[in-house]
Amino acid sequence: MNELLFLIGFPAIIAILMLFIHKDKLRNYIVIPSAVIIGVASIWLLISCFNKNTILYAFPFEPASKIMYIIELLLAIFILYLGIKYRKTLTVALVLIQAGLLVFFETYLSSGMHPENNLFVDQFSIIMAMIIGIIGSLICVYALGYMDTYHKHHTEVKDRKNIFFFILFIFLSSMFGLVFSNNLLWVFFFWEVTTICSFILIGYSQTPEATNNAFLALAMNLLGGVAFMVALIYIGIIDPSGKLLELNTLIMSGQAIALVPAVLICFAGITKAALMPFSSWLVGAMVAPTPVSALLHSSTMVKAGVYIIVRFSPVLAGSLEGFLIALVGGFTFLLASSMAISQSNAKKVLAYSTIANLGLIVACAGIGTYKLMWAAILLIIFHAIAKSLLFLCVGTVENRIGSRDIDDMSGLIVRMPKIAVMMFIGIAGMFLAPFGMLISKWAAIEAFIVAPLGLLFVAILAFGGSITVFFWAKWMGKIISVPQVMERIEDTVTKEKWAVLYILAGLTVVVCLIFPLISSVLVEPFILNIYGQTAQLAQANITIMVMMLFLLMIMPFSMLFYRDGQKYVGPYMGGMTTTPTMQFTGAMGTVRDTTMGNYYLKNYFGEDKLFMIGTVLCLGILIFAVILTAGVVL
Amino acid sequence: MIPIVNAIIYILLAPIIGGLVAGIDRKVTARMQGRVGPPLLQPFYDVGKLFEKETVVVTISQNFHVLSYLVFMAVSGALFFSGGDFLLVIFAFTLSHIFLVLGAYSSYSPYSHVGAERELIQIIAYEPMIILTAVGMYLVTQSFNISDIIASSVPVIMYLPGVFVGYLMVLTIKLRKSPFDLSTSHHAHQEIVKGVTTDFSGPNLAKIEIAHWYEYVVLLGVVYLFFGFNPIIAIAAIIIAYFLEIVIDNTFSRAKWQMTLKTAWLIAGAIGIVNLATLYYLRGGVWL
Repeated sequence: MNELLFLIGFPAIIAILMLFIHKDKLRNYIVIPSAVIIGVASIWLLISCFNKNTILYAFPFEPASKIMYIIELLLAIFILYLGIKYRKTLTVALVLIQAGLLVFFETYLSSGMHPENNLFVDQFSIIMAMIIGIIGSLICVYALGYMDTYHKHHTEVKDRKNIFFFILFIFLSSMFGLVFSNNLLWVFFFWEVTTICSFILIGYSQTPEATNNAFLALAMNLLGGVAFMVALIYIGIIDPSGKLLELNTLIMSGQAIALVPAVLICFAGITKAALMPFSSWLVGAMVAPTPVSALLHSSTMVKAGVYIIVRFSPVLAGSLEGFLIALVGGFTFLLASSMAISQSNAKKVLAYSTIANLGLIVACAGIGTYKLMWAAILLIIFHAIAKSLLFLCVGTVENRIGSRDIDDMSGLIVRMPKIAVMMFIGIAGMFLAPFGMLISKWAAIEAFIVAPLGLLFVAILAFGGSITVFFWAKWMGKIISVPQVMERIEDTVTKEKWAVLYILAGLTVVVCLIFPLISSVLVEPFILNIYGQTAQLAQANITIMVMMLFLLMIMPFSMLFYRDGQKYVGPYMGGMTTTPTMQFTGAMGTVRDTTMGNYYLKNYFGEDKLFMIGTVLCLGILIFAVILTAGVVL
Repeated sequence: MIPIVNAIIYILLAPIIGGLVAGIDRKVTARMQGRVGPPLLQPFYDVGKLFEKETVVVTISQNFHVLSYLVFMAVSGALFFSGGDFLLVIFAFTLSHIFLVLGAYSSYSPYSHVGAERELIQIIAYEPMIILTAVGMYLVTQSFNISDIIASSVPVIMYLPGVFVGYLMVLTIKLRKSPFDLSTSHHAHQEIVKGVTTDFSGPNLAKIEIAHWYEYVVLLGVVYLFFGFNPIIAIAAIIIAYFLEIVIDNTFSRAKWQMTLKTAWLIAGAIGIVNLATLYYLRGGVWL
């Protein structure tokens, strides 16, 4: 149990320390070792607990719950104050409803409750803890250098780095708390803390746009929080002893009891995971400094949403409600992938790709067969690594060239060769064989085809999967197309940033190599424990994938053979005379640069139109699911 | 052992078969156009000559991309003929195509750039139908492994007529036949010069040609799978299917990308999925 308490408590202590440190150097000296300690501690958790199944810890319910209650009320007052200050009626209303429900719960229901096993750890928690502990803390280290440059470039933004790092570490702490809590009341507490952390981080720059987007994120997540709170009250009413508040008891108690709270909590998960119709908050969140986006998209926040849905997946399996939730995920996958085609802003492409993949995870979890759960967990792992790498690469490029537009990244392979190669690895990790995300999508197709009503999802995957090829490949193409003689400009990137990027790029490849091990040690025992059977990839296929990966790694060395004996010519311009720097004489004798833009196919994959369709479709499905659930309750 | 032997046989023989197919194609096309046409072995003479030429490149990385395209094309085909997982074969093919696209991007010519974008549009146009083909094979034979699909005595075509039609349609795209030869073409009517292959010449162009031959064999191999219960019918089906492609090639003018995408998705969505859904339903796939 000490490992768990350490992982929750240590980042919180560092966070408080951060609040009082204003010197950059001192901050570096504390953040880097703490990040290492958190990383090592999460690996230690893996070593000490991987061979035991679910371990429950009887951590005393009181006074911890009372402290959490007080903090939650304080946070509610804080949000209320901000909501009134910025005149956000919706936020104020939602906070009042949520706080009212919480007070009702604490006053009338919680007195008789004595849940015993309030903390727990199992293989899934370990996986999540590894993602949070390693990727999350790497992002914190990266943020050190990034925020320095950020404030140099954005002098109009007030330097509040102490608060920034305070929130980052609180975020990590609450994520650990979320995945280790077996008591739903505590899960809710950490859930709300992550909501408020992301609210503050998104609004960091305090521009009107950032503030608006932060409140948008807050409102949507508070709505989810209200649903979560209703689930808690429902549990409190059907079981005054509080035994059902324990996550493992609730999940094992069967659909008749657990389905209603499961659907409500999954609704909260959908808001947090930014599925349609709530996707706009995650897209809006890109106004935040890039490490924040990396954190929200890869290891925290949205992963908390899918974490809870995957947890409840055995309850959802085979129910109409589960199917509806899966449908929301499936449509989100298809539409968000399509929308990514029409975007030229790199962070927006990444955002839509995240939303799409979260949709896929939820689709897997909603149907909830053991094979799909396996695919869902693999998706969570691979996505976290590749996406954090991509965000940090984009952040580094943005710091240097002052643009996050993909069309401005042409020739990156010459300008910033190392970053470009890592970006390549990250992108390949998102959609190409034999990398992780593709393995997972493949596993998902093979799992959906034997699942109830799976054909619909197979079709969604066939189309959505192909669409992803388009926007990733054209991005890759942009990086390697070199328009003219360009200078190399990556020497100003700091050592810490390089270290973080190298580790993440390495992880993207290494995790693909060792994923059979991850699967057999962590994922399969976890699934075996729940379903009594488990999925795995055929040995022959694993061998082939590994061979392909090695082939892919040795292919670049073929460049060495081509160093000599080449004749170089300019690109074919249809007879138009160009200079070596790709300029030509236009009308009236003007000298023009050759520039090329990518296809965005806006008429077909335009953001507005597809967003409308997605909102109507997914909102309709969700309302139907809510009516259905309400019908069950009444 | 047998899978490995099959893979080696494929790697050695596929270029010869593919080249012959290309030769026959040119001959038949010529006859349709009222010409005599080149000798049957002309594709081999062409490739041989290309290899004798000096390597001329815009950027050195073109060599790498083309080599990777060829290698992964051969590997994917070998996977197919060694009886591997159909989906894995499809993904490996996508990987190799991405290398061709990247090769086109790496030269900064507007013609190859537009070719690369169009090649990507082609990929998103045909890929869903190809995946649905694999899924259809699974629904009939209960396996994604090519070795199991080929060993099955079930007449796959009887269950998957819609999927077969859909596959023939995307075959036109994959074989770079009119009306869907958007990104590069064997015909002269291509307005973007040679599209993806604009800036490849000499040995690199030869490698692209060989990669096409490797691909031909696998694409026709998939047609075989539909008729795997009877090899004679299967061979006949392959010949008819290919002849049909040549006829289509010579009767249609090139379509716009919009039409390509719409047609491919409509056919995959309508005929393919309806076929699969019927089968899925009959097989008791819906049991909610």
